[in-house]
Amino acid sequence: MQKTPIIKAEHLTFSYPGDAESKPVRALDDVSFEIEEGSFTAILGHNGSGKSTLAKLLCMVNYPDSGELLLCGKDLTAPDVTEEDILAARRDIGMVFQNPDNQIVASIVEEDVAFGCENLGIPSAEIRKRVDQALEEVGMTKYARSSPHNLSGGQKQRVAIAGVIAMKRKCVIFDESTAMLDPLGRQDVMNTAMKLNREDGITVILITHYMSEAAMADRIIVMNQGKILRDGTPSEVFSDPEAMWDAGLDVPQTTELLYKMRKAGYDVRLDLFDENDCAAEIARAMKRAREGK
Amino acid sequence: MKSDITFGQYVEGNSLIHRLDPRMKIVLSILYIVTIFLAKSVTAFALLTLSAFLLIALTGLSPAMILRGMRPLLFIIVFTAVFNIFWMTGDTLLISLGPIKIYLEGIINAVLIILRIVLLIVATSVFLTYTTTPLALTDGLEQLLAPLKKLHVPVHEFSMMMTIALRFIPTLIDETQKIMNAQKARGADFSTGNLLQRAKALIPILIPLFISAFRRADELATAMECRCYTGGEGRTRMNVLRSTPKDWAAAFVVLVLGAAIVLANLYFPLYGLTL
Amino acid sequence: MATIELNNITFTYNKNTPSAVCALDHVSLKIDGAADGITGLIGHTGSGKSTLVQMLNGLLKPDEGQVILDGTDIWAEPKKIRDVRFKAGLVMQYPEYQLFAETVREDIAFGPKNMGLTGDELNTRVLEAAKFSGLSHELLDKSPFELSGGQKRRAALAGVMAMQPKILILDEPAAGLDPVGRRDILGGIRKYAGESGTTVIIVSHSMEDMAMYCDKLVVMADAKILMHKTCAEVFSEYQKLTSVGLDVPQITRIASALAENGVDIGADIYTVDYAVKQLLKQRQRGGVS
Repeated sequence: MQKTPIIKAEHLTFSYPGDAESKPVRALDDVSFEIEEGSFTAILGHNGSGKSTLAKLLCMVNYPDSGELLLCGKDLTAPDVTEEDILAARRDIGMVFQNPDNQIVASIVEEDVAFGCENLGIPSAEIRKRVDQALEEVGMTKYARSSPHNLSGGQKQRVAIAGVIAMKRKCVIFDESTAMLDPLGRQDVMNTAMKLNREDGITVILITHYMSEAAMADRIIVMNQGKILRDGTPSEVFSDPEAMWDAGLDVPQTTELLYKMRKAGYDVRLDLFDENDCAAEIARAMKRAREGK
Repeated sequence: MKSDITFGQYVEGNSLIHRLDPRMKIVLSILYIVTIFLAKSVTAFALLTLSAFLLIALTGLSPAMILRGMRPLLFIIVFTAVFNIFWMTGDTLLISLGPIKIYLEGIINAVLIILRIVLLIVATSVFLTYTTTPLALTDGLEQLLAPLKKLHVPVHEFSMMMTIALRFIPTLIDETQKIMNAQKARGADFSTGNLLQRAKALIPILIPLFISAFRRADELATAMECRCYTGGEGRTRMNVLRSTPKDWAAAFVVLVLGAAIVLANLYFPLYGLTL
Repeated sequence: MATIELNNITFTYNKNTPSAVCALDHVSLKIDGAADGITGLIGHTGSGKSTLVQMLNGLLKPDEGQVILDGTDIWAEPKKIRDVRFKAGLVMQYPEYQLFAETVREDIAFGPKNMGLTGDELNTRVLEAAKFSGLSHELLDKSPFELSGGQKRRAALAGVMAMQPKILILDEPAAGLDPVGRRDILGGIRKYAGESGTTVIIVSHSMEDMAMYCDKLVVMADAKILMHKTCAEVFSEYQKLTSVGLDVPQITRIASALAENGVDIGADIYTVDYAVKQLLKQRQRGGVS
């Protein structure tokens, strides 16, 4: 397994400036982590936990007050960093935002997918090829000439993802991209994100407050009050439901059930997210308990 | 449930005119307009009218629809006609009723002027609005005006603004509808009261609408930045406009028409137009 | 307590055009506020549920059929449709986008003022609504645009509650909120329903939330009402829900998987606590084969 960190954050701190009435708000407080190339990481946290601030730092909309941030090995917080370095780093990291409407620029789907490539100055024929491929990959070829206005939320997000694919980015950050979607749209976006990661090896960072989505990741970072509260595999993170509840979060219902069964005295594992596995585990434990009597 | 809002007047199609290069269409419509202004005689106008019918036939659009599109201009058309009929003097007096005198020249003039207005509308709508998407028009205009960039005219910025406006108009129309419904649900009344009361009733719609538009603009700016947008410099386009022989053939036809009109004016100056 | 009756309602968007879409197809529904508790309305996007909601407060007028609130046909006197909106309060999706006044207080007062209320009565209503929606007093004199996302949502909610409607309809009241925010707002609504005696209808996509906070469910699919039953009854018809593209709470799926593993705790499982309770009952009974 490759071990190159595509993102490396060291002691990142960021505060929103206060105004006459309010004090500055510390949104990130000494945050350090590494993201491996090709991984699928979920960042969980309640509203105001600092997770969206983190996303804004990673795509360089905001700059940290202190700490180091390395993207693809390039230190963007070094004193000698230039505008060009930042632009270069931006080429590798894409964002899919929460509101599907406010990130689509053109009034024709394929023109919007092409937008990023056009900004990079890629030759026309190459853009055409990339756009067609990207639309194919997200299953939107049929809508290439449609107006984005007539698409559903999930479809709009897939158009945004196609734009990221066409730019051949190494890493995509989904900043609560499913929050405004209905269940089908959410599933659409999650499936596409999984596909990007599994088939194309693109690093995915998924910021969300849906536990079921986070459970699909390889790794979960839990944010609380600007700090990293937990960092581990879904099994590790969800195996302590009390800590999650304290942080204003939830756990999948599989874990909740297993946890409550364990509290009732059954010897069950907690790290099962599949409904069938969970049911089998409980059935086994109940059988064992009966036989033990 | 989405309301199906079409704006602009673009009609989907795949006719020869639809497929012309938008840059050429802009040039053609200008040439055609010049030609219309060159026409001075009844013969020239007959020729032009014929060409307009041919043009409409080429687009596959229904003439009735194009006529319907002229309804907003009906007043101007009627006004000019009346003006010409009653005020124009000439050699052939047709009707004389007290102070009202109507001359043959007045009637011909009125007809020709109406024709001119109608033809102008046909030219712009057939070449531009009905057969070219607003986006293609913006693109065409940007590329036609590209040389002006050297004079520091913000051509790219202008066309980007147009593109974004076109993209967000339907979104904002939807949003207005939603906000109106939300305020109606709180008992807002937009349809009764005097003018001042009605204007005041719009505040609960306009403020949220503006705030939302600003929020969208802010988010869009961030998104564009994340997609590496840094202005027009160094940008390429996926769809580069290319003129094909068809475009040049069309230009040739329009130029021939122009020449024919000039000739018609010179050699068949039947009832020349004044004005 | 209010009752809602829909009699054979039909509604088509863009009627008589090629893009006509039938959103409600001869829909009849009766909700008895006192007996039914909180009603949840579920269905995937385009199933007609948003249209149905807009029928209830007269934002849309049915092509056919009648909407009867508290025994009166709301379209009997079309000029008085505004009064219907005070009776059936509607909180739309993302209601924070409708805030406009200079202070939160004024914004909440907008609805009651439109009803013609003034002075003390108006003031009391604003304060009561703020209390119900969980908005603290010191926020009332702030600009609504200074509030946090969750507070804005509450302020918008209070704006409709202040009209003291007999029926309160909420379209995705918890959309975009985190787990705690969801719990607070939905729990608050449930408490409000109980204390004020308002008939509450919640529209949502989240089956887990619906299972937690609603008593009865109306399931819509293809412009028709598929089911109108208690939560337990609806979720026990697992297949019927999935056939129209709807989900069930995860715990319901676990219960069904448990049955396959020989632990049958019934088909009407839709909350984790109830599942645990049923499982522990099995132990007392000495288990199954």
